[in-house]
Amino acid sequence: MKMKAAILGPGNIGIDLMIKILKRKRLDLVMMAGIDPNSYGLKLAQEKGIKTTIEGIDGILKAGNIDIVFDATGAKAHQVNAPLLKKAGIFAVDLTPAAVGPYCIPAVNLDYDSDVDNVNMVTCGGQATVPIVYAMNRVTPVEYAEIVATLSSKSAGPGTRQNIDEFTETTSNALVKVGGAKKGKAIIILNPADPPLMMRNTIYCKCDVSRIEEIVSSVNAIVTEVKKYVPGYHLKVAPYADGERIVAMVEVEGAGDYLPKYSGNLDIITSAAVAVAEHYADQNEGAN
Amino acid sequence: MKQIRIIDVTLRDGMHAISHQLSAHEMGKIAQKLDESGIGMIEIGHGDGIGGSSLQYGLAKSLDREYFEAVSTVLKNCKMDVLLIPGIGTIEDLKVAMEYGAHTVRVATHVTEADVSEQHIMFAKKNGLEAIGFLMMSHMASVEKVAEQAKLMENYGADTVYVTDSAGAMVPNDVKMRISAVKEAINIPVGFHAHNNLGLAVGNTIAAIEAGATVVDGSVRGLGAGAGNTQLEALVAVLNKMGYDTGIDLYKLMDIGQNVIDPIMCRPQIISNDALAIGYAGAYGSFLLHARRAAEKFGVDSRDILLELGRLKTVGGQEDLIIDVAIELSKKQKTK
Repeated sequence: MKMKAAILGPGNIGIDLMIKILKRKRLDLVMMAGIDPNSYGLKLAQEKGIKTTIEGIDGILKAGNIDIVFDATGAKAHQVNAPLLKKAGIFAVDLTPAAVGPYCIPAVNLDYDSDVDNVNMVTCGGQATVPIVYAMNRVTPVEYAEIVATLSSKSAGPGTRQNIDEFTETTSNALVKVGGAKKGKAIIILNPADPPLMMRNTIYCKCDVSRIEEIVSSVNAIVTEVKKYVPGYHLKVAPYADGERIVAMVEVEGAGDYLPKYSGNLDIITSAAVAVAEHYADQNEGAN
Repeated sequence: MKQIRIIDVTLRDGMHAISHQLSAHEMGKIAQKLDESGIGMIEIGHGDGIGGSSLQYGLAKSLDREYFEAVSTVLKNCKMDVLLIPGIGTIEDLKVAMEYGAHTVRVATHVTEADVSEQHIMFAKKNGLEAIGFLMMSHMASVEKVAEQAKLMENYGADTVYVTDSAGAMVPNDVKMRISAVKEAINIPVGFHAHNNLGLAVGNTIAAIEAGATVVDGSVRGLGAGAGNTQLEALVAVLNKMGYDTGIDLYKLMDIGQNVIDPIMCRPQIISNDALAIGYAGAYGSFLLHARRAAEKFGVDSRDILLELGRLKTVGGQEDLIIDVAIELSKKQKTK
């Protein structure tokens, strides 16, 4: 029996998740939950033959047979949803900045404790840059990591725009907690150019630059790991030493599942969320 | 006499021209002089605003907090203002400025992205600050778009909205059309911030005032990104001749220029080839020194970098792209 999954929040992220889960066929997507009966995402789910509810979290809890919930609502909503999901014994993959559970970057720390029942997906900028910082830090300690994520304006929805401080704060926390840097800073830039640019990320790390060769191979290795779940992830500029810092750049081309390919920022966080859910399924199938 | 409000940006935009290397102690000394000249408000801190000290934009000599402390303790009549670019600075950074009595925050976004300022403008108003919306790179959007985005900022609670020519790329008619349209669209004062890359900073500022702007920026000696800002001494002289009351003592301002600012300048604040390329291409003013550095490192012409950055429609803050562009250009050179 495949594990049963539901998506809470039928916005851009929810829709992209839906398409990915249906495409991969590893999980059994049984419900899309929202609160607005006119939501486009709910309509789309119905067209694909997926059950929908406009009762939000209550609709999911009433269904009674769900193992995994992707929460793509907002930070405040997830604060409310998290304890309810926990009580119902449902594994939560949190795509909001609420960060109730530990941060997870699949290429780095899928090995969180087995009793964890709520995992936070950080931010798109975090998913794109933390692996690089981690790869440098496993060679030589990173004293300071700074990242700049540039997104096309079209791909940044109202959730990101109204909570831009949460984006920078969550991302810089993850550079430290998951990436291993002693200090972190994150900057986000929205660019309205048309045609839209691909999501690009620059990573600056202060560390021992004499270890550049090992750093390059460590970074190449982690890029291969990330590519396993985000095929459009690639190094734009390989790490190089510039004075006392290392600079590297990565670009993320989306799979074009829901939003066009320039929306790599959407793709990387939904792909990472699916990777976490599939990992959970691999670990727990048969157990329930 | 006709009134005009002036905000001095010598100690904020001016930091770009000296790679943010003014110490808090030096900043405090200059702030005191500016206060004595009769300027009503000064903007201070890293060139990219609060939280701007970074590897991306350059580390500042002192911490934000140290600048606020040094300046706030010397000001008597003049008020302190800080710049906040959402995505770089946060409300947490603003709270630090508030501890030191910041009176005003200017919340700056790219001209088409005003909605990222909602959180910060609302916070500022709720906490008793003056909030000014700052639409950067206004030359990149249509007149209608600039007016629409200004309206958003007014709706969030802004007290004033600025049309900001971050690239120094506008000619006087561009300025007039944008200021008039914004003035028409909103019921709060309209401001203008110029750069001198095309040699038009004073002229454009006057064009803005004639079109209805009632708040304008300047910096002593024009110290600022690219070819610098509107040179404040010159602007005050012009405004005096036009019958405006600025409340600023022209001689004192000139003395600050000669005795205080000239000695700290790393190079003359002129329209260099690179600055002109920025204004011509419409690229962000603070790219100047970063482009020069990248040009040297990768062996390409800095003007080519700047023109390419304009062609790519880059926005403020994308200093990292400069490296990328320089690498691509150097690859092309090699294959030639």
